Amino acid sequence: MITTLYALLYYAATVIFVVGIAYRVWGYWKTPQPANIVTTPAPVTRTGVVWRMFKEVAFFESLWKSNKWIWIFAMMFHLSLWLIIVRHLRYFIDPVWTVVVLAQPFGKYAGFFFVLGGLGLLFRRFVVARVRYISAPSDYLMILMFIGIGLSGLMMTFVTKTDIVAVKAFFRGLMTFNWQPLPTDPFVLLHLGLVALFLIVFPFSKLLHAPGVFFSPTRNMVDNPREKFRPVPWLPPVSEVTFDPPHGSKQS
Amino acid sequence: MAEEEKVIEELTTEEALTDPLYVPEPVEGATEHVRSFPAAPQFQEKLGYPGERPDNWQEVALAKMDELRGKFRSFRLFLDICVKCGACTDKCHYYMGTADPKNMPVARQDLLRSVYRRYFTLPGKWFPDLVGARELTEEVLDEWYTYYFQCSECRRCSVFCPYGIDTAEITMAAREILDSVGYGMKYTNEIIGKVFDIGNNLGLPKPALASTLEDLEEEIEDDTGVKVRLPLDEPADVLLVTPSADFFAEPHIDGLIGYAKVFHALGEKWTLSSYASEAANFAMFIGSYENMRRIALRIRKAAIDLGVKRIIIGECGHAWRAAYQFLNTLAGPFDFLDPKYPVPQHICEYTWEAIQAGKLRFNKEENDFYKVTFHDSCNVARASRMGDYPGGQFDIPRNIIKAVCNNYYDMPEGTIREATLCCGGGGGLLTDDLMEIRKKGGSPRMKALKQATEEYGVNKMAAICAICKTQFSKIMPYYGYGMDDIMSVHQLVSNAIVLPGSEQEAELDGTDGDEAAEAAE
Repeated sequence: MITTLYALLYYAATVIFVVGIAYRVWGYWKTPQPANIVTTPAPVTRTGVVWRMFKEVAFFESLWKSNKWIWIFAMMFHLSLWLIIVRHLRYFIDPVWTVVVLAQPFGKYAGFFFVLGGLGLLFRRFVVARVRYISAPSDYLMILMFIGIGLSGLMMTFVTKTDIVAVKAFFRGLMTFNWQPLPTDPFVLLHLGLVALFLIVFPFSKLLHAPGVFFSPTRNMVDNPREKFRPVPWLPPVSEVTFDPPHGSKQS
Repeated sequence: MAEEEKVIEELTTEEALTDPLYVPEPVEGATEHVRSFPAAPQFQEKLGYPGERPDNWQEVALAKMDELRGKFRSFRLFLDICVKCGACTDKCHYYMGTADPKNMPVARQDLLRSVYRRYFTLPGKWFPDLVGARELTEEVLDEWYTYYFQCSECRRCSVFCPYGIDTAEITMAAREILDSVGYGMKYTNEIIGKVFDIGNNLGLPKPALASTLEDLEEEIEDDTGVKVRLPLDEPADVLLVTPSADFFAEPHIDGLIGYAKVFHALGEKWTLSSYASEAANFAMFIGSYENMRRIALRIRKAAIDLGVKRIIIGECGHAWRAAYQFLNTLAGPFDFLDPKYPVPQHICEYTWEAIQAGKLRFNKEENDFYKVTFHDSCNVARASRMGDYPGGQFDIPRNIIKAVCNNYYDMPEGTIREATLCCGGGGGLLTDDLMEIRKKGGSPRMKALKQATEEYGVNKMAAICAICKTQFSKIMPYYGYGMDDIMSVHQLVSNAIVLPGSEQEAELDGTDGDEAAEAAE
């Protein structure tokens, strides 16, 4: 029963996640950016822009300039998340890749930093009056969801020692449409439930910042508006325009 | 009123009065009373907007929002991806100066984002309270009008946002939506209408312009003994497009004299145009590409009619953005101009090139009365470039000042270059109706200047923006400076430049003017 429920939940969540993000990203892709509005000083070459984006995505360069506390918590949170994701690949692939094996010890303990970073960000949301002012209930819930994912995962890893082989069999089963029973340990169910929620919420929420940042025109454009002519798609070309009459001439 | 007391308490501590980057605790509603006058119907209609609010204004506004979402990736993306991290909350000079939380960049965006969520996203439709979504009501529309005209579109927040979200883009869209339901702003929209009718923001017709330029020629001749021309509508190689403030008032006009002297010293064939007698483009402030283009096209037409080879823009911040980031896009391609030069060029690029080539002579002692600092104007700093490398927009004006002036000092780190603080009057706020917000928004910059004064004895601030200059000459007296303590960069150039055959040259070389002129030949 629970196996069926979670199996269906994960099929649905995966479809919503993939299709949802694809749809949103398609929206960003097809929407024109008529003028070059890059925030300067900005690179004057494509290579320069790749480097700028890399620094932004890997090291949160702008956030570093902006606020060291947010930077520390955000770095902790996101770096841990990456390690955790890489580590979790072992539950979906067989045989397990070497990279994933190497990431295993780091990924395991990254869980603590993940929760710590999340708590730091949550704490700021409560304590700093400016941040409290801009926070909606969903902002708190979102971070609580991540902390919940982290804590339940840590419980499974370090305390209750879930039958992880069976969990892997469940996910491999999902992928090959040959369902295997899911262990009914409460932390597994909580963990997997919250992760499914994360997948479902992603395309409808601020979590879109992850794919979205790559489309940010103030960051990803080359500073070349004088050299590169980029017409506004919905305005007629200059060959078809009429000019204002000079002052003092006959006017309508 | 309790609110007022809280504001006063927040903003008058010793630290609040001296630290340029001081961040007050939020006081809700602190500047909700500061509102500019809306535009009268006839000025709205001139710009292609309805004069009165239509009965179905909600539909119209939401349709406009949807339209803009399809036209601008920036708008679409920025509404979605903000994570409310708070990095921008202490970066806006209007928040720093007013303590009103709706002046925090993210909160300003949320005024519109909340409505976007309600009508265009599933969570906003299903669980509005959970995600902070709200209906578009008349109160919301008024709130937009109030707070989107307390933003100078300076882009300081966009520098610090980890996703590069630029509140200016949201402000522009909000103003465009307001205009689409007949809720425009008097100051910006009247001025745009004046450009359409007459050619410049000040409404100076050709005869007035011509006589001003003649007067300036006489003034320069009186000062230097040299006949420097300020040509109008003459065939030439260079078209100079400058903010019309340069024709009208101090300290702008001294900058114009400076450009003229530089052109003269280099033997440039240049001209001004009465048709394109305005570099400013206020349509950028209201986010209207159609109106922005109509103004930009005047520059194109003038360049064609006068048969010039290159276009140079005078000292103005948003005008330089309108020229640098928008002119080519809106009125290009400019393939009829000389491809050797970028289109357009900034007057500072032109002057600096000449200085580097050793073509200009200066007597720096003429500026020895001054200890000068430089105010980076927001649009120049964060929405443009000068020269061929990133950051040239910071170095070139400073290099010019250092070439003509012995005493130069920077204001504190964190208040200059890409983190520069707005003058408080940009983005279409330079109107008396908004004096309170202008004074408060300018206070971080003023505190930074005060520090430079205390540390180095700085007594003059130079700028390359007509709005900055006007704003500072108005607010500097509140902070213990004179209204003439703000200067044009080319005013410093004008003071120090030694024109061939001038009295200044004769004095320096110990000969009289005639002999110097002969020697020059």
